[in-house]
Amino acid sequence: MKKVYSRPKSLKRNPFHYCPGCGHSVIHRLIAEVIDEMDLQDKAIGIPPPGCSVFAHHYFDVDMAESAHGREAAVATGIKRAFPEAFVFTYQGDGDLAAIGTAETIHAANRGEKMTAIFINNAVYGMTGGQMAPTTLSSMKTTTTPYGRDVEIEGYPIKISEMLALTRGAVYIERTAVNSPANIRKTKKAIRKAFQSQLDNLGFSLVEILSPCPTNWRMEPLESWRWIDEVMAVEFPLGVIKDVTGSKDAD
Amino acid sequence: MSGNSIIGEAAIRAGCQCYFGYPITPQNELTEYMAAHLGRRKGCSFVQAESELAAINMVYGASLVGARTMTSSSSPGISLKQEGISYLAASQLPAVIVNMSRGGPGLGSISAAQSDYFQATRGGGHGDYRTIVLAPSSGQELADFTHRAFELADKYQIPVIILGDGMLGQMMEPVEFKHEAPEKPPVRSNALRGAKGRPSRAITTFTSKPTELEEINWSLFRRYQLIQRRETTYEAFMAEDAKLMVVAFGVAARIAKGAIKNVQAEGLKVGMLRPITLWPFPSAQVTSLSNKVKQFLVFEMNMGQMIEDVQLALTGNGDVSFYGRPGGVIPTPSEVAKVISRIYYQKGLK
Ligand SMILES: Cc1ncc(C[n+]2csc(CCOP(=O)(O)OP(=O)(O)O)c2C)c(N)n1
Ligand code: SF4
Repeated sequence: MKKVYSRPKSLKRNPFHYCPGCGHSVIHRLIAEVIDEMDLQDKAIGIPPPGCSVFAHHYFDVDMAESAHGREAAVATGIKRAFPEAFVFTYQGDGDLAAIGTAETIHAANRGEKMTAIFINNAVYGMTGGQMAPTTLSSMKTTTTPYGRDVEIEGYPIKISEMLALTRGAVYIERTAVNSPANIRKTKKAIRKAFQSQLDNLGFSLVEILSPCPTNWRMEPLESWRWIDEVMAVEFPLGVIKDVTGSKDAD
Repeated sequence: MSGNSIIGEAAIRAGCQCYFGYPITPQNELTEYMAAHLGRRKGCSFVQAESELAAINMVYGASLVGARTMTSSSSPGISLKQEGISYLAASQLPAVIVNMSRGGPGLGSISAAQSDYFQATRGGGHGDYRTIVLAPSSGQELADFTHRAFELADKYQIPVIILGDGMLGQMMEPVEFKHEAPEKPPVRSNALRGAKGRPSRAITTFTSKPTELEEINWSLFRRYQLIQRRETTYEAFMAEDAKLMVVAFGVAARIAKGAIKNVQAEGLKVGMLRPITLWPFPSAQVTSLSNKVKQFLVFEMNMGQMIEDVQLALTGNGDVSFYGRPGGVIPTPSEVAKVISRIYYQKGLK
């Protein structure tokens, strides 16, 4: 019988600790599949964040090193400057990348660091209990916007990917989602393309992934999938935001 | 060469592969030296970071993959680096951090001060950790201690701080470099460079089990004890028949030396103990001095920080006076000489 589905080599045999319906586990698997397919397992260094995915090294079977909250792009810079042969990906939440780590991210992109950021936009701070993130949608209730995000007071959901696209050093930026089989396939393709641009030494790449957090959104998993289409993707439109890699699609 | 440039050259000769910095007076010549001389070397890298926070986290990244790496700043910038220093200490990663300190608190002044003693010797960032702290007091020591800092960092897998000040950084002094730069920068053997031919590894400190972290704390502590036993260094100056011992470090010790020579000429029996490692502090030497000498004068360019370590070492076995000039004021040797003789007479030593 032909085997059509199995655990990627780059994923350890540890069961995920994520909540049911959480996007992190799907995204982990996609990254691991791409690492396998591109034969990167023995040159990859992953930088997970403080956040729900802080234990990502329990799952990825590649070298990994912890970063301080938001400093992943600086850590990746240090790695690539000292050891350019490494393949480096950061894995960052929206609080991490778009609030506390804004400066590090923008400047790494602007320097065109040869790194890839996998940016998980779940519109909340998951790990700390569902507080407002910079990406929290207008009127959305979180534990620190109990009456809904009031843009007059709390500002607007930030479009960090569009901001990053303005830097000359960023070569590939795409926003995807993991709320349907089709979107999951597109996400994998985007990760692959981002990784390839790093391997080709072109510059900074980032894939922003709209990812369900049913727990803090207080929704059933299926409802959270629908909410991404109906609400989140309206504010954060899916698609390629910037591509100056000059390459055709990876597959 | 200026003190700041001396550190840069010595770092390159010690095999520093990556330097990450952010401009701040009075250490800019060091950043500029690295831009001019390190950035172009084969396999080496210079990055002007967007902040000190970024710079220290770049250091963390470079250290992860086994490079000898350094950052430098002055007081306000060193405050920002504390986050990264704590992570380096927790992950047991070597790095060299230079603080050419200036007057504080706040934006303070750009003139030389020693008010970062507490910050340097008590860890500085969050959590239970120490860093080795070296306090040079001359151009030659800037060169020698920079080399030593890289060696110690690698030997004990620990961040090492060189605590200088604005005056040392700006001073022009002749210097002899005792090492040649290596052809290829060295790579630490336990570096994280991809799981080629070995199982994958993770460098992390976060744990959901307090007992695991407790074990990390214990293992750090045991290493700190070893460092205390092996690496404590100090200089004793005219200590043999002294009745009054001055305790001072760095540039203050240099000023005090001049002052002591003046008062010696007047027949006062004054010596000096100069801690060279501020952490580990030479407590045992202070304690053993107190068998012979009962009067101590701590002189610092701050409001009194190292004095606490002197008092702890003496545990009441000696009388400690203090003279301090904070804010970036640099007293002259004759000013300090006056203070020494006043105390000498007040304490009835003559
Ligand atoms: C300096 C610092 N501030 C705050 C925290 C607490 N903290 C841990 S994770 C996190 C944010 C998590 O949100 P996000 O980045 O969106 O990731 P998620 O958990 O949603 O995946 C915060 C604020 C920290 N670890 N360090
Ligand atoms: S809190 Fe949200 S982001 Fe965190 S594991 Fe649960 S569902 Fe996922």
